[in-house]
Amino acid sequence: MSGVEEAAATVIGATAADAAAAPGYRARRTLPLRVEAVRQFRRRRTLVAFGILLVLPWVLVAAFLIGGDPPEPGEAPGLVTVATESAMNFALFAMFVSVGFLLVVAVALFCGDTVASEAGWSSLRYLLAAPVPRARLLRQKLVVALAYAAAAVLTVPLMSLAAGTVAFGWGDVRLPGGGSVPVGTALERMLIVVAFVLVSELVVAALAFLLSVTTDSPLGAVGGAVGLVIVSNILDAVTALGGWRELLPTHWMWAWTDALQPQIQWTGMAKGAALSVTYSLVLFALAFRRFRDRDVVS
Amino acid sequence: MRLGGARTLRERWGRAGRATRWTAAAAAVAAAAAGGGLAWNAASGEPPVTSRHQRIQVVDGPKDDQRVWLDTTFFAPVGAAKGPAVLLAHGFGGSKDDMRAEAEELARAGYAVLTWSARGFGASTGQIALNSPDYEVKDVRQLIDWLARRPEVVLDRPGDPRVGIAGASYGGAIALMTAAHDPRVDAIAPQITWYSLSDALFPNATGEGADAGVFKKLWAGIFFTGQGGQDPCGRFLPSLCSMYQEVAESGRPTPEAVETLRRSSPASVAARITVPTLLIQGQSDSMFPLDQADANARAIARNGAPVSVVWFQGGHDGGDPETERVRRLVRDWFDRRLRGDADAPPVAGFTVTRAGGIDSASQQLVVRAASTDRYPGLAGASRRTVPLSGPEQTVHNPAGGSPPSISALPGLGALGGLADLGGAGAMAGRLPADMPGQSAVFDSPRLTEPLQLTGAPTVRVRVQADGDATLFAKLYDVAPDGTATPARRLAAPLRVRDAAGGREVAVTLPGMDYRFDRGHRLRLVLSTTDMGFATPAEPASYKVRAVSGLTVPTVPSLTTPPAPVPAWVWGLPAAGLAAAAAIVLTGRRRGPARDFDPALADVPLQITGLTKAYKNGHKNGHLAVDDLSFRVEKGQVLGLLGPNGAGKTTTLRMLMGLIHPDAGEIRIFGHRVTPGAPVLSRLGSFVEGPGFLPHLSGRDNLDLYWRATGRPPEEAHVDEALRIAGLGAALDRSVRTYSQGMRQRLAIAQAMLGLPDLLVLDEPTNGLDPPQIREMREVLVRYAAAGRTVIVSSHLLAEVEQTCTHAVVMSRGRRVAAGPVAEIVGSGRRLEDAFLEIIGSGGTA
Repeated sequence: MSGVEEAAATVIGATAADAAAAPGYRARRTLPLRVEAVRQFRRRRTLVAFGILLVLPWVLVAAFLIGGDPPEPGEAPGLVTVATESAMNFALFAMFVSVGFLLVVAVALFCGDTVASEAGWSSLRYLLAAPVPRARLLRQKLVVALAYAAAAVLTVPLMSLAAGTVAFGWGDVRLPGGGSVPVGTALERMLIVVAFVLVSELVVAALAFLLSVTTDSPLGAVGGAVGLVIVSNILDAVTALGGWRELLPTHWMWAWTDALQPQIQWTGMAKGAALSVTYSLVLFALAFRRFRDRDVVS
Repeated sequence: MRLGGARTLRERWGRAGRATRWTAAAAAVAAAAAGGGLAWNAASGEPPVTSRHQRIQVVDGPKDDQRVWLDTTFFAPVGAAKGPAVLLAHGFGGSKDDMRAEAEELARAGYAVLTWSARGFGASTGQIALNSPDYEVKDVRQLIDWLARRPEVVLDRPGDPRVGIAGASYGGAIALMTAAHDPRVDAIAPQITWYSLSDALFPNATGEGADAGVFKKLWAGIFFTGQGGQDPCGRFLPSLCSMYQEVAESGRPTPEAVETLRRSSPASVAARITVPTLLIQGQSDSMFPLDQADANARAIARNGAPVSVVWFQGGHDGGDPETERVRRLVRDWFDRRLRGDADAPPVAGFTVTRAGGIDSASQQLVVRAASTDRYPGLAGASRRTVPLSGPEQTVHNPAGGSPPSISALPGLGALGGLADLGGAGAMAGRLPADMPGQSAVFDSPRLTEPLQLTGAPTVRVRVQADGDATLFAKLYDVAPDGTATPARRLAAPLRVRDAAGGREVAVTLPGMDYRFDRGHRLRLVLSTTDMGFATPAEPASYKVRAVSGLTVPTVPSLTTPPAPVPAWVWGLPAAGLAAAAAIVLTGRRRGPARDFDPALADVPLQITGLTKAYKNGHKNGHLAVDDLSFRVEKGQVLGLLGPNGAGKTTTLRMLMGLIHPDAGEIRIFGHRVTPGAPVLSRLGSFVEGPGFLPHLSGRDNLDLYWRATGRPPEEAHVDEALRIAGLGAALDRSVRTYSQGMRQRLAIAQAMLGLPDLLVLDEPTNGLDPPQIREMREVLVRYAAAGRTVIVSSHLLAEVEQTCTHAVVMSRGRRVAAGPVAEIVGSGRRLEDAFLEIIGSGGTA
């Protein structure tokens, strides 16, 4: 067959790696981001996750409309008591209630499921034999998973802003510690909050991703990451640990509320971001190393 | 008076060192047991401080005829034979034990420290004379004499030790008083103390002096009667006690009382204080507000002495004591001004600590210090006038002065701190009650930019009354939603005398540091009552009008250094990056230098010495694949035969680069197979069942798979593959609805996408019905006939016999036979017989 002969002809004497390959094959063109994004997007879990995140703000709006305005508290107000002040207040409240668990689950879902589910479907071995080089496969999958996770995190404030605008109107933001800031400043603060939440969820993403390349069970990877977050939260509640708690990956999870004070407190966010980035780098590196050396037997 | 909790409040008055009380108590017990000795802080591993306690007899009184024993403790300098001396004075109601922790810190910094219980306090004898020059000042001068005889103390000249004095409140005043009376004192650091006790207890915001002041009855009562005991006068000098009782009864100052209090005040001797002075005053202090420190600062600076002023968050009302910062400032001050250490951190001329918010991780209020070179005074470095609007208002003084408005209360300072966060804390909004009808309110317009007030604002007010009018001026912060909170929980009382015809007075509001946010209003409130003060009992009405704007002092040069971020915030990610790089870059498997053998360029597959052991592998010592070698030529259909567990699938997985061989190599067209090797693109494979995304249709699966290979669509030959799959309309259903056979066919179609030169199929006929099996067989034969190569692994011997040209038989990981099928079978035998014979012998070999 002429194709075979052509291929053989190109192989002989060739030194470039791709020259050994079938016509048109280039390692750096394998598994384009768009293809991976499409592969993941049509999945039910993706659609359900986004569905929940998109509906949640409206559920909260309904809850506030049914329950009426939150009562003025006897002590310093929290985000919940000023949640209905404006769209931005509402968005901040929605972030507040989502960050601790919902967003953790969403991020763990997208990053923990990505490789493990391919292993579970056995499609991983065909991708690897295509061949998609392992490091590239991991990189492309990581980029897409992180993009989905980031989109999930962004969905909550964006949808909440929309829902809040409809329900409570657009206006100045009342800070939980007292005082209020104009919308322009509040938008900046919101960007800081979202940026910090994205960075702080990175450690969850990295953990889930490492578990994802370690196990063939998507549920194990997602559940493992969420479980470790829960354990970290429990340890964080043990005040006897003192300063050691500062090293827990979830210790700074709420540091973004420091951006909602009259003067932004950067220290907590800086510490939290540094810790999250550090953990993530190491966990991602472990994931890449593990996947590189692993025998794929699924 | 008897307030519930008066004892606690009195302790606040003697603010210093409550946090360290138990440590101090424990240490005191240890010292008492040893009769002086070592206090060893085992927990922190800090060097031990040698302390010795002793009673020192002093002689004082106007005629120098009263003998008093003072209970003292001396702390020798650590790490040096000699050091400058520091006298640490305790607060009102306290004793020398309160000062132990601070004394030990200073001793560790190389100072010789003496703490003592003032006369009338603790284990010292004598009566309280309120830091009188005739009593307490004489006592301290004799303590300096004592210090001059200590071998551990550096002397400026014989009998003149190098000595500084620090202390809070009552202890701060004795520092000032002694510095005025004894030229041997070299530096002082008084905290939260008074300039003029009469002005502090009879303040008057009109500036007309204590004679016309309003009696600060709550604080005065705590001050004078809090000593408790059976005797209402406690340990006070009887003359002081009766003076208080007279004043408290009438609520009016007497000239004698004012004179007595003045004698106990730095105000009377300020012109003689010429030593470097660090004045630390509390922003939560309605007892000795910031104007007391301001007056001290101005008086001492006038003498040419260096003065630094610090406004911290605490004070007699409570608030954040900032113990660590205050102690560090005192130490820095003495390091530079007493020891003459030019390398010590300088103390800025003016430092203000500001609540910056709450650290969400620790739930602690974050307090930062802003500083500038020069203390500008309460009038500020610059001033801005904010217009006030509001009509003339009539306010009423209720009969008996009750119910009173509430501004400051001893112990409420902490709330003031919260309010300082944003100005509209709900809790802060509740407590300061202004009774209806008692307050006149004047508002500024909404601020178009934030306003940082630092100093004491002033305003001119016109008051009309039948006789005298007593009013309390307060400053509120009104949020855009109308919530008004006190800027600081402080009231400036004013008495306007003879206001029958209406009098205009200049009112100085309490000094403070406070930030008004954009969109907020400033509100001046003038009310007729205040719980902390004595107000007229007879009912009265006053007409009140603000006749000027509010002059707001600011100190723009106050700058806050950026919040310190610990070094690890930058170091940790860098270390993480290094660790990540190390993790990724080390431990790579090394491939051989040469991975292409041109001699084999036309050989679709050559396997040489292939060996693989699974980690938790075969119990009986077998390898999964053991030294396997064979070769496949173009156009062959090779059957890979073997019983279950023979290593067929493991071999195929290594062929696909999914698992790493322990030894040996696989070459496809001469290229060594490694995970992800490009030559794998010439391999189509179907191994151990199909692998599809169940949520996608068969067509989408094939399409996305091909796009994942990154190869051009025209190379895919999708139609040929689909023909083989034969799925028809089912192709557009999602794969999860497929039967096993449909998935199987789709998987084979996927393996054939791009018509690879080498096609590897593992049990391809599983799940197919007989017609499909036959068709599959024909497809494979045709495929090989076109010059490509097919490897089929199977355990169905009949199928191999009918399809394959060649076969490799494996058993327990080894090759036990290889060659053309006809050869293996031999003549007249069925493959099955041959197979059983072969694996039988292979097994025993």
